[in-house]
Amino acid sequence: MTKKEWPLWEIFIRGQHGLNHRHVGSLHAPDAEMAIRNARDVYTRRKEGVSIWAVPSAAITASSPSEKGPMFDPAESKVYRHPTFFDIPDEVGHM
Amino acid sequence: MPSLPDAAMPDAAALAQRAAAEQAHDPHLADVALKPAFFDWLCRMGDNSLILGHRISEWCGHGPALEEDIAQANTALDLIGQTQMWLGLAAEVEDAGRSADDLAYLRDAMKFRNLKLLELPNGDLAVTLMRQFLFDAFHFELLTALCRSSSPRVAEIAAKALKEVSYHLERSSDLVVRLGDGTEESHARMQAALDKVWPYTGEMFAADGVDEAVAKAGIAPELSELLPLWQRTVAQVLSEATLSQPDRDFAAQKGGKQGRHTEHLGYILAEMQFLQRAYPGASW
Repeated sequence: MTKKEWPLWEIFIRGQHGLNHRHVGSLHAPDAEMAIRNARDVYTRRKEGVSIWAVPSAAITASSPSEKGPMFDPAESKVYRHPTFFDIPDEVGHM
Repeated sequence: MPSLPDAAMPDAAALAQRAAAEQAHDPHLADVALKPAFFDWLCRMGDNSLILGHRISEWCGHGPALEEDIAQANTALDLIGQTQMWLGLAAEVEDAGRSADDLAYLRDAMKFRNLKLLELPNGDLAVTLMRQFLFDAFHFELLTALCRSSSPRVAEIAAKALKEVSYHLERSSDLVVRLGDGTEESHARMQAALDKVWPYTGEMFAADGVDEAVAKAGIAPELSELLPLWQRTVAQVLSEATLSQPDRDFAAQKGGKQGRHTEHLGYILAEMQFLQRAYPGASW
């Protein structure tokens, strides 16, 4: 008998105070429903979350690590792209 | 983040005591005539969750997949947590200077009041899951009814435990359906598991003097009221799982609630109680 591995899922959890779902790790599950259940048991046992997303790992397209240089280095010398050069009037408040 | 199993909180006893001091007044705690039955019944509640919790904790590190391993451990920890509450209240009712720990670690097999079903060896995962499902379906109905208990203390514990047990039932019934209606082998194993544990399930509904006394006091429901609810859930899940209900007496194996156990309980206690017996009062 060959042992078939369950497919891999990437798990995203929205924390108590967080606005965004954040990637917390991955796990194996036979289908989406069980991926959510397994994520509940593996990643939220200390009340870490209020919402779970499960995404098939195969559905994720990743940038290639070997192209790191051309992909990201050109942004290094362009600090002016940070919007930190503007004076924000007090009346605007928190942005 | 993934992490190691929860460690018991070091100040759990102190926290429990403080919480107990803030509890609603419960007239049943001072009812001398009711005391022996109330104590016995609380031991049944606590011993059920203790023995099943211990049993499934045996899967820790041996689960067929990491995810299932952690899920089993979580269930075990839920049940041990419930034990702390039930046996804590039992100790209070008994009022003989014993603690929940004393009741768990220093009673002998004949003083244990758990259902025989729950002390059965885990067998394969099919037996473990089938036993879990059949008990969860009962546990869920019992706790639901206990939320309306005339004892506020019992109702509080039930309300907390019910949230956990609702998930236990959801998980175990889902897995029974998946495996029952799965491959040829998983179906055969689930059917064999059902046939094996079936004669132990009737004990859940077999009322004796203790059950009658707490039902009369309004603390717990009549067990006969829970039977049709359990039967409905079981029939529905088993049919979805394409499993057939065994055509045999479901109450052939009784006596655990009265302290007459299978030989398996002694081995559980030997392992569970060894440390406290060998090193009385040891803590860490």
